[in-house]
Amino acid sequence: MNKIIEKEFFSENVAKFVLEAPEIAKSRKAGHFVIVRLDEKGERIPLTISDGDSEKGTITLVVQRVGVTSARLLDMNAGDEILDVVGPLGHATHIENYGTVLCAGGGVGVAPMLPIIKALKAAGNKVISVLAGRTRELIILEDEVAAHSDEVIIMTDDGSYGKKGLVTAGMEEVIQREKVDKAVVIGPAIMMKFGSLTTKKYNIPTEVSLNTIMVDGTGMCGACRVSIGGKTKFVCVDGPEFDAFLVDWDEMMMRMGAYRTEEHQAFENYLQTVEIAK
Amino acid sequence: MENIAEYILEGRKEEWRADLRKSMKAKERTSLERVMMPEQEPDVRNKNSIEVNLGITEEMAVAEAHRCLDCAQPTCTTGCPVGINIPAFIKKIETGDFLGAASVIKQTNALPAVCGRVCPQEKQCELNCFYTQKLNKPAIAIGHLERFTADYERNSGKMSIPKTAEPNKRKVAVVGSGPAGLAAAGDLAKFGYDVSVFEALHEIGGVLKYGIPEFRLPNEIVDVEIENMRKMGVKFRTDFIVGKTASFEDLRADGYEAFFVGSGAGLPRFMNIPGENYNGIFSSNEYLTRVNLMKAAHDDYDTPVLMGKNVAVIGGGNTAMDSVRTAKRLGADRAMIIYRRSMEEMPARVEEVHHAQDEGIEFMNLHNPVEYFADEKGRVNRMRVQKMELGEPDASGRRRPVPMEGEGSQFDIDVDLVIVAVGVSPNPIVPSSLKDLKMTDWGTIVVNKETMQSSIEDVFAGGDIVRGGATVILAMGDGRQAAAGIHKYMTEKVAVS
Ligand SMILES: Cc1cc2nc3c(=O)[nH]c(=O)nc-3n(C[C@H](O)[C@H](O)[C@H](O)COP(=O)(O)OP(=O)(O)OC[C@H]3O[C@@H](n4cnc5c(N)ncnc54)[C@H](O)[C@@H]3O)c2cc1C
Ligand code: FES
Repeated sequence: MNKIIEKEFFSENVAKFVLEAPEIAKSRKAGHFVIVRLDEKGERIPLTISDGDSEKGTITLVVQRVGVTSARLLDMNAGDEILDVVGPLGHATHIENYGTVLCAGGGVGVAPMLPIIKALKAAGNKVISVLAGRTRELIILEDEVAAHSDEVIIMTDDGSYGKKGLVTAGMEEVIQREKVDKAVVIGPAIMMKFGSLTTKKYNIPTEVSLNTIMVDGTGMCGACRVSIGGKTKFVCVDGPEFDAFLVDWDEMMMRMGAYRTEEHQAFENYLQTVEIAK
Repeated sequence: MENIAEYILEGRKEEWRADLRKSMKAKERTSLERVMMPEQEPDVRNKNSIEVNLGITEEMAVAEAHRCLDCAQPTCTTGCPVGINIPAFIKKIETGDFLGAASVIKQTNALPAVCGRVCPQEKQCELNCFYTQKLNKPAIAIGHLERFTADYERNSGKMSIPKTAEPNKRKVAVVGSGPAGLAAAGDLAKFGYDVSVFEALHEIGGVLKYGIPEFRLPNEIVDVEIENMRKMGVKFRTDFIVGKTASFEDLRADGYEAFFVGSGAGLPRFMNIPGENYNGIFSSNEYLTRVNLMKAAHDDYDTPVLMGKNVAVIGGGNTAMDSVRTAKRLGADRAMIIYRRSMEEMPARVEEVHHAQDEGIEFMNLHNPVEYFADEKGRVNRMRVQKMELGEPDASGRRRPVPMEGEGSQFDIDVDLVIVAVGVSPNPIVPSSLKDLKMTDWGTIVVNKETMQSSIEDVFAGGDIVRGGATVILAMGDGRQAAAGIHKYMTEKVAVS
């Protein structure tokens, strides 16, 4: 059992949770994730750890309402207990002083990016962060990112905040202007695909963090498999971070849609039960 | 086990055994028919998840026990990896002392209700039975009798909780809660250690829970065993990955003086053929985990699983049988095994193969998949298979399957679900978190065969992480042997300091 200590909405569909998880808080590093199961009948879903406090024994997760489990989690409150939280899983991000690093985060992808930004900054890099979202209210963690970046560029699709345009426009702007040694792109699959096509044009080594479907998170099932450079890899144990140029994005996006019908149905059912409860 | 152990021959000399032997002529005994396990009707059971075998009655068990000749040199015991005193427990059954039979089995087997159900008896004890070897008749149904005895004890409400030594307050950690870990934990508790079992998943039991389906091994049976261990003082921590949640170093600092690693061979292998990553193609681990552990087929559970009408399962082991029979139960019209060798080479338990055949599973032996195809959404809809024939024997002694040539040697089959059950590799989490741990080229942990001690003094290991994919009984035997090894290590450690 892991108690929710704090919950804060960033927007209607995105919230931050601080959970009690003392051992994980002690062992976690940037790039790690956990697997969460809310209750006895729940599914196991992966969530990246966006922050942690080993003194207080807590970890921070940022969750977007996308399916049944995330919706149910967003309806939980401080004081509630989550049945299972296991981790930290995956390899930690490799951190070194590259020089100038471009960190591009889309939507809730900014949450897993935050610990990486902090670690890169602490390692002596010049960090330029590009935060992107459809509209103003989907830009999250701006202050926290700014505190550890040399510069922050905000992009919104509708121009309601920062500059109008896609994340790639913000990235281009930086690359045109100065020498970038390394890029990290985290967000929805489609955003990572186009983000890394952008850096590829300029041959900037790029890391992405993949968010495939998972079950166990320990290498036991292969639900999370993707093709990396033509070889099948398990995201949970071989990743979650990979060289962006080796990822077979189309296959990955196809695999992420495996349960689209089932998920949609489950979500509809859930919304109905919530309606009835009201 | 080449030689017949002393204790097995000793027990035979007891008076009641001698009297019992005289009570019926050998000829009469050998003229009796082997008991038939009552089972659910194939057409009924292939639509439910209730256990297929219903268990034999007391009368049937006693009758079957009469068949056993109580041989002077019992060869059956040489086939048992944990050296159960088979004639002794069968003769107890013959006298109607079922609880006595249970205590005989429990001297060497910690999980008889499980082993009675899943051991490959036809390759172990029953293969070495006098009836098989010399009389050319069906062996004594040792597996059915073991299962009967364990079930009788469990249902009697008089299940004995093994006695534990005075607690010595010394901490030992068990990594993984499969049969290896459970067996080790049970014995360590008996020696008086303060034992904690750490399990990565949210359930205790390893493959017994996430892999082997309910229709073959009901979860309840495993849970009773776990509950007994709790009563013996064993502590269980789920959602805890040793090497991730905490390192071995952290646990040492926390006072753990020795470790038993029973982390299993959980990593599924794929065949690396074109199209294998299409949707609707699962590893058997994923498929069985979704259905067994996550209860995906129940409407009120959140985890989804893709359903198929035409299901192909690749492989010929227990995992393949479990997957194909699960798919049939979940509504497949056509559920088929695609195996590259012939029926004889199938590694699955014979009983499972028979059950599968009765349930309407198709067997396409001597076929191997070469490519998968999908619809525009990426869901598999067709597979190409290659006809095979058997060539020269390979290193394992089995004849090597080789692709046939010529027209018609490849053809396509419509499928909408494919389950790949071609083997597993050792779980790398523990090895990768212990730098000095000596490993084989196959990724298994190297141990001393007597003590199960690894290259790191306080780390012992057993089960699939040492053997690669093996069996429940071997894993259990390793766990018990390692517990003895740990006890020796811990005792000597005190003596030195
Ligand atoms: C579907 C299926 C059917 C089978 N049928 C049969 C059969 O009929 N008869 C038979 O004899 N054998 C059968 N087997 C094989 C048998 O189940 C295995 O040989 C046996 O379970 C191995 O036991 P184990 O304890 O070594 O490992 P496992 O049962 O695999 O247990 C290992 C456990 O360790 C956990 N773990 C791993 N790493 C860590 C870590 N770092 N920290 C904490 N926990 C960890 C895992 O989550 C797992 O629960 C079958 C296997 C499968 C998959
Ligand atoms: S989630 Fe099961 S192997 Fe990665």
